Amino acid sequence: MSTPLLTQTTGPEGLRLEARGAWTASHAQAADSLAEQGFAQTRGSTSIVVDLAALDRLDTYGAFLIGRLIRRFQEVGTRVSMTDGSARFKALLDATDEAATRGPAPARSGKPRFAALETIGRAVPQFGVDLMSFAEMLGALSAALIRSVAHPRRFRLTSVIHHLDRVGWQAMPIMLLISFLIGAIIAQQGIFHFRKFGADVYVVDLVAVLVLREIAVLLISIMSAGRSGSSYTAELGSMKMREEIDALRTMGLDPVEILLLPRVLAIVIAVPILTFFGSIAALYGGGLVSWLYGGMSPAVFVSRLQEAVSISSFKVGMIKAPFMALVIGVIACSEGLRVKGSAESLGQHTTSSVVKAIFLVIVLDGLFAVFFAAIGV
Amino acid sequence: MLQSRPLAIGIHDLVVGFGRQIVLDHLSLDVYEGEIIGLVGASGGGKSVLLRTIVGLIAKRSGRIIVLNIDADASADVETSAIGRRWGVLFQQGALFSSLTALQNVQFPMREHLAISRELMDEIALTKLEMVGISRADADKFPSELSGGMTKRVALARALALDPEIVFLDEPTSGLDPIAAGDFDSLIKTLQRTLGLTVFMVTHDLDSLYTVCDRIAALANGKIVASGSMTEILASPHPWVQAYFRGARALTRGQPPAERR
Repeated sequence: MSTPLLTQTTGPEGLRLEARGAWTASHAQAADSLAEQGFAQTRGSTSIVVDLAALDRLDTYGAFLIGRLIRRFQEVGTRVSMTDGSARFKALLDATDEAATRGPAPARSGKPRFAALETIGRAVPQFGVDLMSFAEMLGALSAALIRSVAHPRRFRLTSVIHHLDRVGWQAMPIMLLISFLIGAIIAQQGIFHFRKFGADVYVVDLVAVLVLREIAVLLISIMSAGRSGSSYTAELGSMKMREEIDALRTMGLDPVEILLLPRVLAIVIAVPILTFFGSIAALYGGGLVSWLYGGMSPAVFVSRLQEAVSISSFKVGMIKAPFMALVIGVIACSEGLRVKGSAESLGQHTTSSVVKAIFLVIVLDGLFAVFFAAIGV
Repeated sequence: MLQSRPLAIGIHDLVVGFGRQIVLDHLSLDVYEGEIIGLVGASGGGKSVLLRTIVGLIAKRSGRIIVLNIDADASADVETSAIGRRWGVLFQQGALFSSLTALQNVQFPMREHLAISRELMDEIALTKLEMVGISRADADKFPSELSGGMTKRVALARALALDPEIVFLDEPTSGLDPIAAGDFDSLIKTLQRTLGLTVFMVTHDLDSLYTVCDRIAALANGKIVASGSMTEILASPHPWVQAYFRGARALTRGQPPAERR
């Protein structure tokens, strides 16, 4: 395809601009600078003739550029006329001209100077909004739960079982494996360091207290936030995007009751169960390492275990589990419902669902620690 | 006289199926350069499948498709990917990129395929949006903030972003009010006249068929059962074509405006 050209000649009727070649999309940049040059060189003249007769091809790009050139001439008071040979492109020129002159020129806002400060500023009230939406979601879920208790037939047991299967049963293998490994690692580290003091046997106390009180429930909660909370957010978010949730509302059904309550109930049931089995797996891992690496026979481990832990350590761990699960579930659902139309927003909310859930799980764990210390458990 | 024009799309003995179901059964269709062809057919009859097969989204079982003198089977990959900038596709739901604004959606193909400055790209994209009737105020909206009709227009602007030689339109006027649909039709007609576009349009809109289409092809039972101008189509004896154009809904159309309103 031929490159675009713009030549100036002085004919009987005055200055003449003749466009040649292909004024098309693939040559747009060249044509743009040609038009700029042509305008700069001839802006002083009183009248100009534009000749398009020798053009090979013209598309909207070229038409826009030629139209813009003509408009600029008119703005500085130059009379512009077209030769007859240009008539074949008239319809296209008119169409782009009409479109290009319809609105005011776009005002491109520059980058704000204190973008980082602005982000922080916006994040502060957002924190309050987050807190409110957490409370709202908790309230809506409680109301839905009470309604379900009042009308047991409206309770979606099938849905709860389905989600329990997904976030509980199907999560079991990976949760057990990770707990087992963490228990084993704690035991190995304990033996390695305690051996210097000849205090090998206290590794049982270390593993048992740490796992039962803190590690198992934290690990399972964080894993659940990443595995199940994120999938809740993504599911609800894409339902929101495709107006499925609006469809439910118009049918007079409550999305909280149908979609959210079963999910949250399922995770609240699943996390304590996972925590229980996770604790056992971690203790098993600790015991196995103590035996193989530390040379402590299983019988010694078990008898030491009985001395080291009281039932209260176990209870402290287990009592936290449903609260952790509730936080994860509520955050996941409220983030899911806040997804806007775009795919990007879905990703953002899924990320923030996991981040917020993990953050709050750890904060909650700290609060529990303070509480249990205060009541002396 | 049509036959003397060069071919834009040539389809020969095309077979497309999913599993055991054969959707397109030895279908042949020629589309000439610079014409607007309207494809009609029953819902679920394979119109969209044909369109998607032509643009290479669905694999064919056998047959030959030649678009702009390029046969995807016989050409190098470079050629087949280069053809992406010589056609534009308007999907039924618009298929706008949800994380980009209307303006950025139109600029996307320009950015990928053309080496032009940001300012020029802004100006041209805004002009294209104005051409399809999207005001500058709406250019910075995201697809989720656009109405159905506006989404269609932005999608058309994006399909036309590179001034392609062929545009494929999948039900361009569905979901638009009659005035907007009429505007859309005349827009397509204007663009086709001014740019010499070839338009391949899947449509159910009888008004579009009457007013803008140069030629109509009717798809039934996986084959093109009739093709030609509206008069030729109306003369076709095929029962499905008769039912489509002579049905109750069709009969109220094509009459003088006085009787219709």
